[in-house]
Amino acid sequence: MRRLLLLLLLVLPVRAEDIPPGQRLSGFETMGAEAQAMQRDDFANPAMLSVREGEALWSAAPAEGGPSCQSCHGGPATMRGVAARYPAFETRQGAAVDLAGRIRLCQQDRQGVAPAARESGALLALEALVALQSRGLPLAPPGDARLDAALARGRALYTTRFGQLDLACIHCHDRNRGKSLGGTIIPQGHPTGYPLFRMEWQATGSLHRRLRNCMAGVRAEPFPPGAPEMIDLELYLKHRAAGMMMDAPAVRP
Amino acid sequence: MATASVLIQRGHHRKGDIVTLKAIIAHPMETGYRRTEQGAVIARNIIRRFTCHYDGVEVFACDLFPAIAANPLIAFTTVATRTGPVTFTWTGDNGFHHAETATLTVMD
Repeated sequence: MRRLLLLLLLVLPVRAEDIPPGQRLSGFETMGAEAQAMQRDDFANPAMLSVREGEALWSAAPAEGGPSCQSCHGGPATMRGVAARYPAFETRQGAAVDLAGRIRLCQQDRQGVAPAARESGALLALEALVALQSRGLPLAPPGDARLDAALARGRALYTTRFGQLDLACIHCHDRNRGKSLGGTIIPQGHPTGYPLFRMEWQATGSLHRRLRNCMAGVRAEPFPPGAPEMIDLELYLKHRAAGMMMDAPAVRP
Repeated sequence: MATASVLIQRGHHRKGDIVTLKAIIAHPMETGYRRTEQGAVIARNIIRRFTCHYDGVEVFACDLFPAIAANPLIAFTTVATRTGPVTFTWTGDNGFHHAETATLTVMD
């Protein structure tokens, strides 16, 4: 029996920093009642304007003559569950790609157009439309062994001190979660609702933009949107939040 | 082309009923007070006026100012008279103009 216990201790991963599953809270649960009401009402949620724009883009064929999203995939409803499982391994790239990167690859390879710029309104609109189809579904990052290296790099980034303030993600979002930072509650950092409308931005933005905010906040030079480091970090964050319900496109203060 | 949504309170409206109307539009509402990282002023780009016509009559209008947030949502009420078109119009800087039309149905 003692030998069995010892074996179990050796086999079970020791992840002392992780938030216990029962204590995980999304940004929706920790924000104020007014912002929650704004998100619950699809009419008042400004991110739904991006979705509307995405619907128009989805069915529009590019001027260059390539197919529209609609002509290959069918209606946007066929994208149910897709956003919940990104970033995923892309065989031809031999690397992990995020949802925005996947859309850009489609634009380049299938539609034969120049891919929409990262953080552009058009890319966020398509991403918001695809993410909406996974609303209410649990985040389900793939257990793909080819992603293990990227996941390990993401976890390392999450626990590595950055910038002039010399802080790692883990210091705020795990160890000091729920406490106050200059009048705001430190969220746990679960990416359940991206792309989302952030009132501070007065715009819809991606997870990479939000990560950029955090990096600038600790006075580090942020990685550019779509950089491999951003995707590694996103992959780790999605694993950390695995099973949590998606609420994209969300509203956050 | 801007993206906008309009909503007329659902239900069976009778003549004399008070009906809630809502309108939201995608617009940056750039204040004109911000600067780029290089220090150049970002030109003001706001919606200046919103009007609503119901059955040809102006039932609501308002001026908008730089302090109003991006993607303004405007909600107001009107009294149902008869079935007719409701036209929502936004006009603003740089020749911005957008209109949406919906129908308010009144039961007899």
